Amino acid sequence: MIVADRKSLDEILGMVADKDKILVLGCKGCVTVCNVGGLKEAEILAASMKIARKKAGQPLEIDTKALERQCDNEYVSQLADHVADYQAVVSMACGVGPQFLSEMYPDQVFFPGVNTTFFGGAVQHGVWEERCAGCGTCGIHLFGGLCPIARCAKSLLHGPCGGSSNGICEVHKDTACIWDAIVKKKMETGHLEDIVGVKPFKDWRTARDGGPRRSIREELVKGNI
Amino acid sequence: MTEYKSGSNLEKVLTAGHFAFTGECGPPKGANADHLKKKFAYLKGNVDCVNMTDNQTAVVRMSSLAGSALMVAEGLEPNFQMVCRDRNRLAMMSDILGAYALGVRNMLCLSGDHQTFGNHPEAKNVHDIDSMQLIAMVKKMRDEGKFLNGEEIDVPPKMFIGAACNPFADPYEFRVHRLATKIAAGADFIQTQCIFNMEKFRDFMKKVVDMGLHEKCYILAGVTPMKNAGMANFMSKFVPGMDIPDSLIKRLKGVDKRDQAEEGIKFALEQIAEFKEMEGVAGIHLMAIEWEHKVPEIAERAGVLPRP
Repeated sequence: MIVADRKSLDEILGMVADKDKILVLGCKGCVTVCNVGGLKEAEILAASMKIARKKAGQPLEIDTKALERQCDNEYVSQLADHVADYQAVVSMACGVGPQFLSEMYPDQVFFPGVNTTFFGGAVQHGVWEERCAGCGTCGIHLFGGLCPIARCAKSLLHGPCGGSSNGICEVHKDTACIWDAIVKKKMETGHLEDIVGVKPFKDWRTARDGGPRRSIREELVKGNI
Repeated sequence: MTEYKSGSNLEKVLTAGHFAFTGECGPPKGANADHLKKKFAYLKGNVDCVNMTDNQTAVVRMSSLAGSALMVAEGLEPNFQMVCRDRNRLAMMSDILGAYALGVRNMLCLSGDHQTFGNHPEAKNVHDIDSMQLIAMVKKMRDEGKFLNGEEIDVPPKMFIGAACNPFADPYEFRVHRLATKIAAGADFIQTQCIFNMEKFRDFMKKVVDMGLHEKCYILAGVTPMKNAGMANFMSKFVPGMDIPDSLIKRLKGVDKRDQAEEGIKFALEQIAEFKEMEGVAGIHLMAIEWEHKVPEIAERAGVLPRP
Protein backbone atom coordinates (compact mmCIF):
# COMPACT_ATOMS: atom_id res chain seq x y z
CA MET A 1 0.00 0.00 0.00
CA ILE A 2 0.93 3.67 -0.15
CA VAL A 3 2.15 4.77 3.26
CA ALA A 4 1.96 8.31 4.57
CA ASP A 5 2.66 10.34 7.71
CA ARG A 6 0.37 13.05 9.02
CA LYS A 7 1.69 16.56 8.71
CA SER A 8 2.11 18.40 12.01
CA LEU A 9 -0.88 20.19 13.44
CA ASP A 10 1.02 23.49 13.24
CA GLU A 11 1.74 23.06 9.55
CA ILE A 12 -1.88 22.25 8.76
CA LEU A 13 -3.14 25.14 10.92
CA GLY A 14 -0.72 27.40 9.05
CA MET A 15 -2.15 26.34 5.69
CA VAL A 16 -5.68 27.33 6.66
CA ALA A 17 -4.83 30.26 8.93
CA ASP A 18 -6.97 32.68 6.91
CA LYS A 19 -9.93 30.31 6.48
CA ASP A 20 -13.03 30.13 8.68
CA LYS A 21 -14.79 27.10 7.23
CA ILE A 22 -13.05 24.02 5.91
CA LEU A 23 -13.56 20.36 5.12
CA VAL A 24 -11.16 17.66 6.27
CA LEU A 25 -11.52 14.91 3.72
CA GLY A 26 -10.37 11.37 4.49
CA CYS A 27 -9.81 8.51 2.07
CA LYS A 28 -10.87 4.92 2.69
CA GLY A 29 -7.99 3.48 0.67
CA CYS A 30 -4.36 2.96 1.69
CA VAL A 31 -4.26 5.82 4.19
CA THR A 32 -7.09 4.23 6.17
CA VAL A 33 -5.18 0.94 6.29
CA CYS A 34 -2.04 2.69 7.53
CA ASN A 35 -4.06 4.65 10.08
CA VAL A 36 -3.21 8.10 8.88
CA GLY A 37 -5.97 9.48 6.70
CA GLY A 38 -9.24 7.62 7.15
CA LEU A 39 -12.44 9.02 8.60
CA LYS A 40 -11.25 8.40 12.14
CA GLU A 41 -8.02 10.30 11.61
CA ALA A 42 -9.86 13.10 9.80
CA GLU A 43 -12.12 13.49 12.83
CA ILE A 44 -9.19 13.50 15.24
CA LEU A 45 -7.43 16.17 13.17
CA ALA A 46 -10.59 18.25 12.91
CA ALA A 47 -11.11 18.13 16.70
CA SER A 48 -7.51 19.19 17.35
CA MET A 49 -7.76 22.04 14.87
CA LYS A 50 -11.02 23.25 16.37
CA ILE A 51 -9.53 23.33 19.86
CA ALA A 52 -6.38 25.12 18.69
CA ARG A 53 -8.30 27.75 16.75
CA LYS A 54 -10.75 28.33 19.58
CA LYS A 55 -7.85 28.80 21.96
CA ALA A 56 -6.33 31.30 19.58
CA GLY A 57 -9.59 33.26 19.55
CA GLN A 58 -10.26 32.53 15.92
CA PRO A 59 -12.83 29.72 15.81
CA LEU A 60 -12.88 27.44 12.80
CA GLU A 61 -15.87 25.61 11.39
CA ILE A 62 -14.89 22.16 10.23
CA ASP A 63 -16.77 19.29 8.65
CA THR A 64 -15.33 15.86 8.07
CA LYS A 65 -16.01 13.28 5.42
CA ALA A 66 -14.25 10.34 3.78
CA LEU A 67 -14.46 9.23 0.17
CA GLU A 68 -14.22 5.61 -0.86
CA ARG A 69 -11.06 6.60 -2.74
CA GLN A 70 -9.64 9.94 -3.77
CA CYS A 71 -7.75 8.42 -6.69
CA ASP A 72 -10.84 7.63 -8.71
CA ASN A 73 -12.99 10.27 -10.40
CA GLU A 74 -16.09 8.19 -9.80
CA TYR A 75 -15.74 8.84 -6.07
CA VAL A 76 -14.18 12.29 -6.30
CA SER A 77 -17.29 13.45 -8.18
CA GLN A 78 -19.40 12.65 -5.12
CA LEU A 79 -18.11 15.87 -3.60
CA ALA A 80 -19.64 18.04 -6.33
CA ASP A 81 -22.65 19.23 -4.31
CA HIS A 82 -20.66 20.25 -1.22
CA VAL A 83 -17.23 21.32 -2.37
CA ALA A 84 -18.20 25.00 -2.79
CA ASP A 85 -19.51 25.17 0.80
CA TYR A 86 -15.96 25.49 2.14
CA GLN A 87 -13.13 27.99 1.86
CA ALA A 88 -10.62 25.16 1.66
CA VAL A 89 -10.34 21.37 1.85
CA VAL A 90 -7.61 19.45 3.67
CA SER A 91 -7.15 16.10 1.96
CA MET A 92 -5.93 13.24 4.10
CA ALA A 93 -5.23 11.03 1.08
CA CYS A 94 -1.82 10.33 -0.43
CA GLY A 95 -0.45 12.84 -2.91
CA VAL A 96 -2.81 11.51 -5.56
CA GLY A 97 -5.94 12.72 -3.72
CA PRO A 98 -5.38 16.50 -3.64
CA GLN A 99 -4.48 16.35 -7.34
CA PHE A 100 -7.57 14.46 -8.48
CA LEU A 101 -9.59 16.91 -6.38
CA SER A 102 -7.80 19.97 -7.79
CA GLU A 103 -8.28 18.73 -11.33
CA MET A 104 -12.01 18.13 -10.88
CA TYR A 105 -12.69 21.28 -8.83
CA PRO A 106 -10.34 23.97 -10.12
CA ASP A 107 -12.09 26.73 -8.13
CA GLN A 108 -11.45 25.13 -4.75
CA VAL A 109 -8.18 25.05 -2.76
CA PHE A 110 -6.96 21.64 -1.59
CA PHE A 111 -4.21 21.27 1.00
CA PRO A 112 -2.31 18.03 1.67
CA GLY A 113 -2.82 16.89 5.26
CA VAL A 114 -0.25 14.10 4.99
CA ASN A 115 3.24 13.56 3.60
CA THR A 116 3.20 10.58 1.26
CA THR A 117 6.28 8.50 1.99
CA PHE A 118 6.54 5.12 0.28
CA PHE A 119 5.07 1.85 -1.00
CA GLY A 120 5.31 -0.59 1.85
CA GLY A 121 3.61 -2.65 4.48
CA ALA A 122 3.22 -3.04 8.23
CA VAL A 123 5.98 -5.13 9.79
CA GLN A 124 4.38 -4.84 13.22
CA HIS A 125 1.48 -2.94 14.69
CA GLY A 126 2.26 0.73 14.14
CA VAL A 127 5.44 0.22 12.10
CA TRP A 128 5.55 0.41 8.30
CA GLU A 129 8.53 -0.20 6.08
CA GLU A 130 9.35 0.54 2.45
CA ARG A 131 9.40 -2.40 0.07
CA CYS A 132 8.99 -1.05 -3.46
CA ALA A 133 10.42 1.91 -5.39
CA GLY A 134 8.01 1.59 -8.31
CA CYS A 135 10.86 1.42 -10.82
CA GLY A 136 8.63 -0.18 -13.44
CA THR A 137 10.84 -3.22 -14.14
CA CYS A 138 10.50 -5.70 -11.32
CA GLY A 139 13.46 -8.03 -10.75
CA ILE A 140 12.78 -9.09 -7.17
CA HIS A 141 13.21 -12.76 -8.10
CA LEU A 142 16.85 -12.09 -9.00
CA PHE A 143 17.61 -11.11 -5.42
CA GLY A 144 15.98 -13.81 -3.37
CA GLY A 145 12.67 -11.98 -3.24
CA LEU A 146 14.19 -8.86 -1.68
CA CYS A 147 14.41 -5.58 -3.60
CA PRO A 148 17.75 -3.75 -3.43
CA ILE A 149 16.46 -0.85 -5.54
CA ALA A 150 14.01 0.13 -2.82
CA ARG A 151 15.79 -1.22 0.23
CA CYS A 152 19.49 -0.48 -0.30
CA ALA A 153 20.33 3.16 0.46
CA LYS A 154 22.48 3.21 -2.69
CA SER A 155 20.17 0.96 -4.78
CA LEU A 156 23.16 -1.31 -5.44
CA LEU A 157 22.70 -4.24 -7.78
CA HIS A 158 25.95 -5.75 -6.50
CA GLY A 159 26.06 -5.24 -2.76
CA PRO A 160 26.68 -5.11 0.06
CA CYS A 161 28.82 -1.98 0.11
CA GLY A 162 31.73 -1.52 2.47
CA GLY A 163 29.51 0.05 5.11
CA SER A 164 27.47 -3.04 5.91
CA SER A 165 28.06 -4.02 9.52
CA ASN A 166 26.43 -6.88 11.41
CA GLY A 167 23.46 -6.86 9.07
CA ILE A 168 22.86 -3.15 9.60
CA CYS A 169 22.98 -0.40 6.97
CA GLU A 170 25.58 2.32 7.54
CA VAL A 171 23.00 5.00 6.87
CA HIS A 172 20.53 4.24 9.68
CA LYS A 173 21.21 2.05 12.68
CA ASP A 174 17.59 0.85 12.63
CA THR A 175 17.68 -0.19 8.97
CA ALA A 176 18.62 -3.70 7.97
CA CYS A 177 21.25 -4.04 5.23
CA ILE A 178 19.12 -5.73 2.60
CA TRP A 179 22.23 -6.97 0.79
CA ASP A 180 23.33 -8.76 3.94
CA ALA A 181 19.98 -10.57 3.88
CA ILE A 182 20.20 -11.28 0.13
CA VAL A 183 23.73 -12.69 0.41
CA LYS A 184 22.91 -14.83 3.44
CA LYS A 185 19.84 -16.25 1.75
CA LYS A 186 21.78 -17.07 -1.42
CA MET A 187 24.60 -18.67 0.56
CA GLU A 188 22.25 -20.70 2.75
CA THR A 189 20.30 -21.98 -0.22
CA GLY A 190 23.44 -22.70 -2.25
CA HIS A 191 22.68 -20.19 -4.99
CA LEU A 192 25.64 -17.88 -4.65
CA GLU A 193 26.12 -17.95 -8.43
CA ASP A 194 22.96 -15.82 -8.77
CA ILE A 195 24.70 -12.78 -7.33
CA VAL A 196 28.33 -13.04 -8.42
CA GLY A 197 27.93 -11.98 -12.06
CA VAL A 198 27.66 -8.44 -13.38
CA LYS A 199 23.98 -7.59 -13.77
CA PRO A 200 22.69 -5.77 -16.87
CA PHE A 201 22.56 -1.99 -16.61
CA LYS A 202 19.15 -0.94 -15.43
CA ASP A 203 16.85 0.79 -17.87
CA TRP A 204 15.40 3.63 -15.83
CA ARG A 205 12.97 4.71 -18.54
CA THR A 206 10.26 2.69 -16.82
CA ALA A 207 10.94 4.51 -13.56
CA ARG A 208 10.15 8.16 -12.85
CA ASP A 209 13.31 9.08 -14.81
CA GLY A 210 11.43 8.42 -18.05
CA GLY A 211 8.95 11.16 -17.21
CA PRO A 212 5.46 10.88 -15.65
CA ARG A 213 4.12 7.42 -16.32
CA ARG A 214 0.88 6.14 -17.74
CA SER A 215 -0.63 2.69 -17.69
CA ILE A 216 -3.11 1.87 -20.41
CA ARG A 217 -5.14 -1.33 -20.56
CA GLU A 218 -6.75 -1.37 -23.96
CA GLU A 219 -9.42 -3.94 -23.12
CA LEU A 220 -10.71 -1.72 -20.33
CA VAL A 221 -10.47 1.44 -22.40
CA LYS A 222 -12.52 -0.23 -25.15
CA GLY A 223 -15.05 -1.37 -22.59
CA ASN A 224 -14.67 -5.04 -23.41
CA ILE A 225 -14.24 -5.93 -19.74
CA MET B 1 57.50 -5.25 -26.20
CA THR B 2 54.83 -5.37 -23.52
CA GLU B 3 51.39 -4.38 -24.71
CA TYR B 4 49.90 -2.15 -22.01
CA LYS B 5 46.22 -1.60 -21.36
CA SER B 6 46.75 2.02 -20.45
CA GLY B 7 50.48 2.62 -20.34
CA SER B 8 50.16 4.32 -16.94
CA ASN B 9 53.15 4.38 -14.64
CA LEU B 10 51.25 2.28 -12.12
CA GLU B 11 50.52 -0.35 -14.75
CA LYS B 12 54.17 -0.42 -15.81
CA VAL B 13 55.39 -0.73 -12.21
CA LEU B 14 53.01 -3.60 -11.47
CA THR B 15 53.53 -5.37 -14.78
CA ALA B 16 57.29 -5.29 -14.23
CA GLY B 17 56.74 -7.08 -10.94
CA HIS B 18 57.76 -4.22 -8.66
CA PHE B 19 56.09 -3.82 -5.27
CA ALA B 20 53.80 -0.83 -5.90
CA PHE B 21 53.50 2.12 -3.55
CA THR B 22 50.58 4.49 -4.17
CA GLY B 23 49.52 7.59 -2.27
CA GLU B 24 46.41 9.64 -1.77
CA CYS B 25 45.56 13.32 -1.83
CA GLY B 26 42.25 14.95 -0.96
CA PRO B 27 41.39 18.03 -3.00
CA PRO B 28 40.78 21.30 -1.08
CA LYS B 29 37.44 22.60 0.15
CA GLY B 30 37.78 25.43 -2.29
CA ALA B 31 39.57 26.37 -5.47
CA ASN B 32 42.94 26.62 -3.73
CA ALA B 33 45.20 25.04 -6.31
CA ASP B 34 48.32 26.28 -4.52
CA HIS B 35 47.42 24.24 -1.44
CA LEU B 36 47.07 21.19 -3.65
CA LYS B 37 50.43 21.81 -5.30
CA LYS B 38 52.09 21.99 -1.87
CA LYS B 39 50.69 18.55 -1.05
CA PHE B 40 51.86 17.20 -4.42
CA ALA B 41 55.42 18.18 -3.56
CA TYR B 42 55.45 15.70 -0.65
CA LEU B 43 54.24 12.90 -2.89
CA LYS B 44 56.29 13.49 -6.01
CA GLY B 45 58.93 10.83 -6.50
CA ASN B 46 57.80 8.94 -3.39
CA VAL B 47 54.80 7.09 -4.83
CA ASP B 48 53.85 5.50 -8.18
CA CYS B 49 50.56 7.32 -8.47
CA VAL B 50 48.28 9.38 -6.27
CA ASN B 51 44.57 8.84 -5.69
CA MET B 52 42.57 12.02 -6.17
CA THR B 53 39.49 11.52 -4.04
CA ASP B 54 35.98 12.32 -5.29
CA ASN B 55 34.00 14.31 -2.70
CA GLN B 56 35.15 11.81 -0.10
CA THR B 57 32.86 11.20 2.89
CA ALA B 58 30.28 13.10 0.78
CA VAL B 59 31.86 16.45 1.61
CA VAL B 60 32.01 18.92 -1.28
CA ARG B 61 35.53 19.60 -2.52
CA MET B 62 37.26 20.59 -5.72
CA SER B 63 36.33 18.00 -8.36
CA SER B 64 38.54 14.93 -8.60
CA LEU B 65 38.75 15.49 -12.36
CA ALA B 66 40.17 19.01 -11.93
CA GLY B 67 42.46 17.81 -9.13
CA SER B 68 43.72 15.00 -11.35
CA ALA B 69 44.39 17.42 -14.22
CA LEU B 70 46.32 19.73 -11.87
CA MET B 71 48.32 16.71 -10.80
CA VAL B 72 49.18 15.78 -14.38
CA ALA B 73 50.33 19.37 -14.96
CA GLU B 74 52.67 19.05 -11.97
CA GLY B 75 54.22 15.87 -13.34
CA LEU B 76 52.53 13.43 -10.96
CA GLU B 77 50.41 10.49 -12.01
CA PRO B 78 46.83 10.62 -10.70
CA ASN B 79 44.48 7.79 -9.89
CA PHE B 80 41.21 9.54 -10.69
CA GLN B 81 38.50 8.44 -8.27
CA MET B 82 34.90 8.37 -9.42
CA VAL B 83 31.85 7.63 -7.29
CA CYS B 84 28.38 6.58 -8.46
CA ARG B 85 26.64 8.88 -5.98
CA ASP B 86 27.00 12.15 -7.86
CA ARG B 87 26.84 11.35 -11.56
CA ASN B 88 24.62 9.40 -13.92
CA ARG B 89 26.06 7.32 -16.77
CA LEU B 90 26.14 10.30 -19.13
CA ALA B 91 28.19 12.44 -16.77
CA MET B 92 30.44 9.50 -15.93
CA MET B 93 31.30 8.62 -19.51
CA SER B 94 31.79 12.27 -20.35
CA ASP B 95 34.13 12.81 -17.38
CA ILE B 96 36.07 9.64 -18.22
CA LEU B 97 36.67 10.96 -21.75
CA GLY B 98 37.60 14.36 -20.35
CA ALA B 99 39.98 12.82 -17.83
CA TYR B 100 41.71 10.78 -20.51
CA ALA B 101 42.04 13.82 -22.77
CA LEU B 102 43.67 15.66 -19.85
CA GLY B 103 46.27 12.93 -19.41
CA VAL B 104 44.66 10.72 -16.75
CA ARG B 105 45.49 7.02 -17.18
CA ASN B 106 44.27 5.36 -13.94
CA MET B 107 40.89 5.47 -12.34
CA LEU B 108 39.26 4.02 -9.26
CA CYS B 109 35.60 3.00 -9.48
CA LEU B 110 33.61 3.44 -6.27
CA SER B 111 30.01 3.51 -5.01
CA GLY B 112 30.66 6.54 -2.80
CA ASP B 113 29.86 7.28 0.82
CA HIS B 114 26.19 8.01 1.36
CA GLN B 115 25.41 11.70 1.32
CA THR B 116 23.92 11.61 4.82
CA PHE B 117 27.49 11.40 6.15
CA GLY B 118 28.57 14.54 4.37
CA ASN B 119 28.00 18.28 4.55
CA HIS B 120 24.98 18.37 2.24
CA PRO B 121 22.81 15.56 3.64
CA GLU B 122 19.76 17.13 1.93
CA ALA B 123 21.17 16.21 -1.48
CA LYS B 124 19.55 13.77 -3.90
CA ASN B 125 21.82 10.87 -4.81
CA VAL B 126 22.12 9.34 -8.25
CA HIS B 127 23.25 5.68 -8.24
CA ASP B 128 22.18 5.24 -11.85
CA ILE B 129 24.78 2.46 -12.00
CA ASP B 130 26.83 0.91 -9.20
CA SER B 131 30.57 0.47 -8.76
CA MET B 132 30.53 -3.02 -10.32
CA GLN B 133 28.85 -1.66 -13.44
CA LEU B 134 31.17 1.37 -13.49
CA ILE B 135 34.13 -1.01 -13.72
CA ALA B 136 32.43 -2.88 -16.58
CA MET B 137 31.60 0.40 -18.31
CA VAL B 138 35.19 1.71 -18.20
CA LYS B 139 36.38 -1.64 -19.53
CA LYS B 140 33.89 -1.53 -22.38
CA MET B 141 34.93 2.00 -23.25
CA ARG B 142 38.60 0.98 -23.21
CA ASP B 143 38.57 -2.49 -24.78
CA GLU B 144 35.64 -2.22 -27.19
CA GLY B 145 35.96 1.49 -27.84
CA LYS B 146 32.24 1.84 -27.32
CA PHE B 147 29.83 3.81 -25.19
CA LEU B 148 27.29 1.87 -23.14
CA ASN B 149 24.76 2.20 -25.94
CA GLY B 150 27.17 0.56 -28.38
CA GLU B 151 28.14 3.70 -30.29
CA GLU B 152 31.78 4.02 -31.31
CA ILE B 153 34.04 6.28 -29.29
CA ASP B 154 36.34 8.56 -31.26
CA VAL B 155 39.61 7.86 -29.36
CA PRO B 156 38.66 5.50 -26.53
CA PRO B 157 39.94 6.24 -23.01
CA LYS B 158 42.65 3.71 -22.19
CA MET B 159 42.35 3.57 -18.43
CA PHE B 160 44.04 1.25 -15.95
CA ILE B 161 40.97 0.20 -13.99
CA GLY B 162 40.97 0.17 -10.22
CA ALA B 163 38.38 -0.87 -7.67
CA ALA B 164 38.10 -0.91 -3.90
CA CYS B 165 37.62 -3.80 -1.53
CA ASN B 166 36.74 -3.77 2.13
CA PRO B 167 37.56 -7.16 3.64
CA PHE B 168 36.29 -5.95 7.01
CA ALA B 169 32.68 -5.24 6.10
CA ASP B 170 29.97 -7.85 6.58
CA PRO B 171 29.08 -10.49 5.65
CA TYR B 172 32.75 -11.51 5.74
CA GLU B 173 32.34 -14.85 3.91
CA PHE B 174 30.95 -13.01 0.88
CA ARG B 175 33.71 -10.38 0.60
CA VAL B 176 36.09 -12.52 -1.40
CA HIS B 177 33.28 -13.37 -3.85
CA ARG B 178 32.46 -9.70 -4.27
CA LEU B 179 36.13 -9.07 -4.99
CA ALA B 180 36.07 -11.86 -7.57
CA THR B 181 33.08 -10.21 -9.26
CA LYS B 182 34.93 -6.88 -9.44
CA ILE B 183 37.86 -8.63 -11.09
CA ALA B 184 35.54 -10.43 -13.51
CA ALA B 185 33.90 -7.08 -14.29
CA GLY B 186 37.28 -5.73 -15.37
CA ALA B 187 39.29 -4.44 -12.41
CA ASP B 188 43.04 -4.45 -13.15
CA PHE B 189 44.01 -3.47 -9.64
CA ILE B 190 42.41 -3.32 -6.21
CA GLN B 191 43.10 -0.92 -3.37
CA THR B 192 41.76 -2.23 -0.09
CA GLN B 193 40.14 -0.30 2.70
CA CYS B 194 42.54 0.73 5.51
CA ILE B 195 43.77 -2.40 7.18
CA PHE B 196 44.27 -2.49 10.95
CA ASN B 197 43.08 -5.97 11.82
CA MET B 198 46.04 -7.93 10.47
CA GLU B 199 44.75 -11.31 11.61
CA LYS B 200 41.57 -10.94 9.61
CA PHE B 201 43.44 -9.61 6.59
CA ARG B 202 45.82 -12.58 6.62
CA ASP B 203 42.82 -14.89 6.54
CA PHE B 204 41.23 -12.83 3.76
CA MET B 205 44.36 -12.96 1.60
CA LYS B 206 44.55 -16.69 2.09
CA LYS B 207 41.05 -16.96 0.60
CA VAL B 208 42.08 -14.61 -2.23
CA VAL B 209 45.13 -16.74 -3.03
CA ASP B 210 43.15 -19.98 -2.76
CA MET B 211 40.77 -18.66 -5.40
CA GLY B 212 43.70 -17.51 -7.55
CA LEU B 213 42.43 -13.93 -7.63
CA HIS B 214 45.90 -12.46 -7.05
CA GLU B 215 46.92 -13.88 -10.42
CA LYS B 216 44.14 -12.08 -12.24
CA CYS B 217 44.48 -8.70 -10.57
CA TYR B 218 47.01 -6.66 -8.55
CA ILE B 219 46.00 -6.24 -4.94
CA LEU B 220 47.32 -3.23 -3.06
CA ALA B 221 46.95 -3.31 0.72
CA GLY B 222 45.53 -0.15 2.28
CA VAL B 223 47.61 1.43 5.04
CA THR B 224 46.69 4.47 7.11
CA PRO B 225 49.13 5.62 9.79
CA MET B 226 47.32 6.69 12.95
CA LYS B 227 48.21 10.17 14.17
CA ASN B 228 47.14 9.43 17.74
CA ALA B 229 44.86 7.28 19.89
CA GLY B 230 42.03 9.79 19.44
CA MET B 231 42.05 9.25 15.68
CA ALA B 232 41.93 5.47 16.19
CA ASN B 233 39.01 5.85 18.57
CA PHE B 234 37.15 8.16 16.24
CA MET B 235 37.61 5.95 13.20
CA SER B 236 36.57 2.90 15.16
CA LYS B 237 33.35 4.52 16.32
CA PHE B 238 32.30 6.77 13.46
CA VAL B 239 33.77 5.60 10.16
CA PRO B 240 31.58 2.89 8.60
CA GLY B 241 33.30 -0.35 7.70
CA MET B 242 36.40 0.20 9.88
CA ASP B 243 37.78 -2.65 11.92
CA ILE B 244 40.24 -1.31 14.48
CA PRO B 245 41.34 -3.83 17.09
CA ASP B 246 41.39 -2.72 20.71
CA SER B 247 45.01 -3.87 20.85
CA LEU B 248 46.02 -1.08 18.46
CA ILE B 249 44.13 1.59 20.41
CA LYS B 250 45.72 0.23 23.59
CA ARG B 251 49.16 0.32 21.98
CA LEU B 252 48.75 3.97 20.97
CA LYS B 253 47.38 4.91 24.40
CA GLY B 254 50.28 3.09 26.00
CA VAL B 255 52.79 5.72 24.94
CA ASP B 256 53.07 9.38 25.85
CA LYS B 257 50.76 11.65 23.79
CA ARG B 258 53.78 13.27 22.11
CA ASP B 259 54.97 9.86 20.94
CA GLN B 260 51.65 8.52 19.65
CA ALA B 261 52.26 9.72 16.07
CA GLU B 262 55.58 7.88 16.00
CA GLU B 263 53.90 4.78 17.41
CA GLY B 264 51.25 5.03 14.67
CA ILE B 265 53.94 5.24 12.00
CA LYS B 266 55.81 2.31 13.56
CA PHE B 267 52.66 0.17 13.33
CA ALA B 268 52.21 1.18 9.68
CA LEU B 269 55.85 0.28 8.94
CA GLU B 270 55.42 -3.12 10.57
CA GLN B 271 52.34 -3.66 8.41
CA ILE B 272 54.20 -2.67 5.24
CA ALA B 273 57.06 -5.05 6.10
CA GLU B 274 54.57 -7.88 6.46
CA PHE B 275 52.67 -6.99 3.29
CA LYS B 276 55.91 -7.10 1.31
CA GLU B 277 56.17 -10.76 2.21
CA MET B 278 52.48 -11.66 2.09
CA GLU B 279 51.44 -13.87 -0.80
CA GLY B 280 49.08 -12.13 -3.19
CA VAL B 281 49.86 -8.57 -2.10
CA ALA B 282 51.28 -6.59 -5.03
CA GLY B 283 51.83 -3.31 -3.27
CA ILE B 284 50.72 -0.73 -0.71
CA HIS B 285 48.17 2.01 -0.96
CA LEU B 286 49.18 4.59 1.64
CA MET B 287 46.34 6.81 2.80
CA ALA B 288 48.07 9.37 4.99
CA ILE B 289 44.92 11.37 5.68
CA GLU B 290 45.82 15.08 5.86
CA TRP B 291 49.32 13.93 6.65
CA GLU B 292 50.84 14.08 3.18
CA HIS B 293 54.03 15.71 4.54
CA LYS B 294 54.79 12.47 6.38
CA VAL B 295 54.80 10.41 3.16
CA PRO B 296 58.49 11.01 2.27
CA GLU B 297 59.53 9.85 5.76
CA ILE B 298 57.24 6.80 5.70
CA ALA B 299 58.39 5.81 2.19
CA GLU B 300 62.02 6.18 3.23
CA ARG B 301 61.63 4.18 6.43
CA ALA B 302 59.53 1.53 4.66
CA GLY B 303 62.43 0.97 2.28
CA VAL B 304 60.36 1.52 -0.86
CA LEU B 305 62.58 4.29 -2.27
CA PRO B 306 63.69 5.05 -4.86
CA ARG B 307 60.56 4.33 -6.87
CA PRO B 308 61.11 2.48 -10.17
